[in-house]
Amino acid sequence: MRHIISILVENEAGALSRIAGLFSARGYNIETLTVAPTEDASMSRMTIVTSGSEDVIEQITKQLNKLIEVVKVIDLSEAEHIERELMLIKVRAGQKEREDMKRMADIFRGRVIDVSDNTYTIELTGDTRKLDAFIQALDQGAIIETVRTGASGIGRGNRVLRV
Amino acid sequence: MDRAKTTTLTGAEIVVRCLQEEGVEYVFGYPGGAVLFIYDELFKQDKVKHVLVRHEQGAVHAADGYSRSSRKVGVALVTSGPGVTNAVTGIATAYMDSIPLVVITGQVPTQAIGLDAFQECDTVGITRPIVKHNFLVKNVADLASTIKKAFHIAATGRPGPVVVDIPKDVTQHACEFHYPDTVHMRSYNPVRKGHAGQIKKAVQLLLDAERPFVYTGGGVVLSDASVELRELVKQLGFPCTNTLMGLGAYPATDRQFLGMLGMHGTYEANMAMQHCDVLLAIGARFDDRVIGNPAHFAQNPRKIVHIDIDPSSISKRVKVDVPIVGNIPDVLEDLLKLLKGSRGKDISAWWKQIDGWRAKDCLRYDRKSPIIKPQFVLEKLYEVTRGEAFVTSDVGQHQMWAAQFYKFNEPRRWINSGGLGTMGFGLPAAMGVQLANRGATVACVTGESSIQMCLQELSTCKQYRLPIKIINLNNKYMGMVRQWQEFFHGNRYSESYMDALPDFVKLAEGYGHRGVLVDKPGDVEPVLREAFAAKNDLVFLDFITDQKENVYPMVPGGKGITEMILYEDL
Repeated sequence: MRHIISILVENEAGALSRIAGLFSARGYNIETLTVAPTEDASMSRMTIVTSGSEDVIEQITKQLNKLIEVVKVIDLSEAEHIERELMLIKVRAGQKEREDMKRMADIFRGRVIDVSDNTYTIELTGDTRKLDAFIQALDQGAIIETVRTGASGIGRGNRVLRV
Repeated sequence: MDRAKTTTLTGAEIVVRCLQEEGVEYVFGYPGGAVLFIYDELFKQDKVKHVLVRHEQGAVHAADGYSRSSRKVGVALVTSGPGVTNAVTGIATAYMDSIPLVVITGQVPTQAIGLDAFQECDTVGITRPIVKHNFLVKNVADLASTIKKAFHIAATGRPGPVVVDIPKDVTQHACEFHYPDTVHMRSYNPVRKGHAGQIKKAVQLLLDAERPFVYTGGGVVLSDASVELRELVKQLGFPCTNTLMGLGAYPATDRQFLGMLGMHGTYEANMAMQHCDVLLAIGARFDDRVIGNPAHFAQNPRKIVHIDIDPSSISKRVKVDVPIVGNIPDVLEDLLKLLKGSRGKDISAWWKQIDGWRAKDCLRYDRKSPIIKPQFVLEKLYEVTRGEAFVTSDVGQHQMWAAQFYKFNEPRRWINSGGLGTMGFGLPAAMGVQLANRGATVACVTGESSIQMCLQELSTCKQYRLPIKIINLNNKYMGMVRQWQEFFHGNRYSESYMDALPDFVKLAEGYGHRGVLVDKPGDVEPVLREAFAAKNDLVFLDFITDQKENVYPMVPGGKGITEMILYEDL
């Protein structure tokens, strides 16, 4: 099953490779991984989307907690949470396709952020399934380039991850 | 409050001062370009003694043996590049067995890092998966606090090796020296006390058990919980087994001890493990060499209580019913308090069943053999040393026979590479043991293949006058490989026979030691007696043993623990 794991980690050189290395060494899956400093510059927040049985996910959280630089770990998917991912997608948009492409972006609440004679670059935010759906909805031949950040997640309401 | 110390010191001076502050007695190491300034400072003082090994692998194993036999953090010092890569096997060995070490590694100067400099390697990257933690110190101002943290992390919680990588220029730069008294890390706070509710549940299970079994591992040895363990097992009257790493935690000569369990465990220990109704697992991790196939193990219903300091060791291979995370002595003390002397149910029927299994006499071997049987050598070793020796071993058949036939009544006497299974561990580990226990009897049980993997340390033994007794069980084969090939590969002994072996007697003499060749069973005991009487000499005893002897019982890889191959089956 798909799980979204949030990690607070000391913002130190090597912390990222320690976490990524743990996943590869123990054969755990990483679907996406995002990381950036928090409002407290001494700490980074990492979101990892992974999949595995309940036993595997339990081991993943335990093994993460064991890393010296990891401050806190939660499995966001255990309860209500929100996740968002950003995608930048460059599509063919010559005279013929322009109208359709713009309309498609509007339907998905995307924004065209760069225009050239024959391309649009569209910015789209949403959960992973929405971004997948947008890609599916496009004429596959029209896609020139996609770049996705991977999911970031946060708990709903009073559910927080902080020190 | 922190002591005020406001001296300006160079990085190299700081390293040595930190070691002094930590009360480090011995540093095991090998000099090289990147650590020359540190070596210069070692030269100028005599508090911290340096032991010069002949290969960096030996340095780390020696620090490891020192730690295992002394309860202190072992310290190794190596140079950058090849110094580090040579040390890797030692670090991984310590990691797998949770041994607290601080390994200080030299690094090329900070401005040269990443430029493929001479003797550069990514030490932090290479060692990352085999350490509890590692550091690269880029600023001399962070050096003292980093070394403090390294010792703290190595020794607390589930122990393990910590690498501190120090670029050469950092050892030259100077700053105010201040050694912190305490360490505070918001991300690292190992637990001590176990959860009271869980302990209560455990007590209830133990008191209701009809076929209880106590299974303990290296964690009991490392946390020095053997006194509490003995009290608990004695009070409850339960049968007990130790893993390879846990031998000595419970006295091997006690009636309640069923011997080691696992792949080469006793018949009775493996049968009890499979057929118990309540299993108390302490500081052990249900690994593949212990419970074999987890699906087979799960076929019998039983309640499992698991005490361990490391939550990730719990429910990793086997689901447990009552997990208790905590420091073992603390948890056992709480358990004993709750038990208040109660003994639980009458388990005489269970003991009867166990005695039936014991009657198989699963460790028997041919005592009338005209060729020396390795088991016989180990029995005699036990007798001659009255069970009081520190015994290190390498890896293979001799290791298993030593575990089966030397009856360890005290913890920290049996020193072996259980997790990683590192051939070459025995001799350098024995050096560390001997230095930590001057005057004690130290035996290194090895084989002709293992001993050659760190043979160069015979030279170190000469330099520091370490009177280790080397028990070389020489069957001219990599015995355990040969045994697997006999059982599972149709007797095709692919590359497991060692031709052109050295004359070990002359070899020992070449290094300035004594060597004795023993090829008759009748000579085994007198030669051992004579060797152990030589208190000041290293004696290399080369026992020519039966080439075809196998270790029994044996659970083939992937099988259930009761699916044992026994001597009598053949």
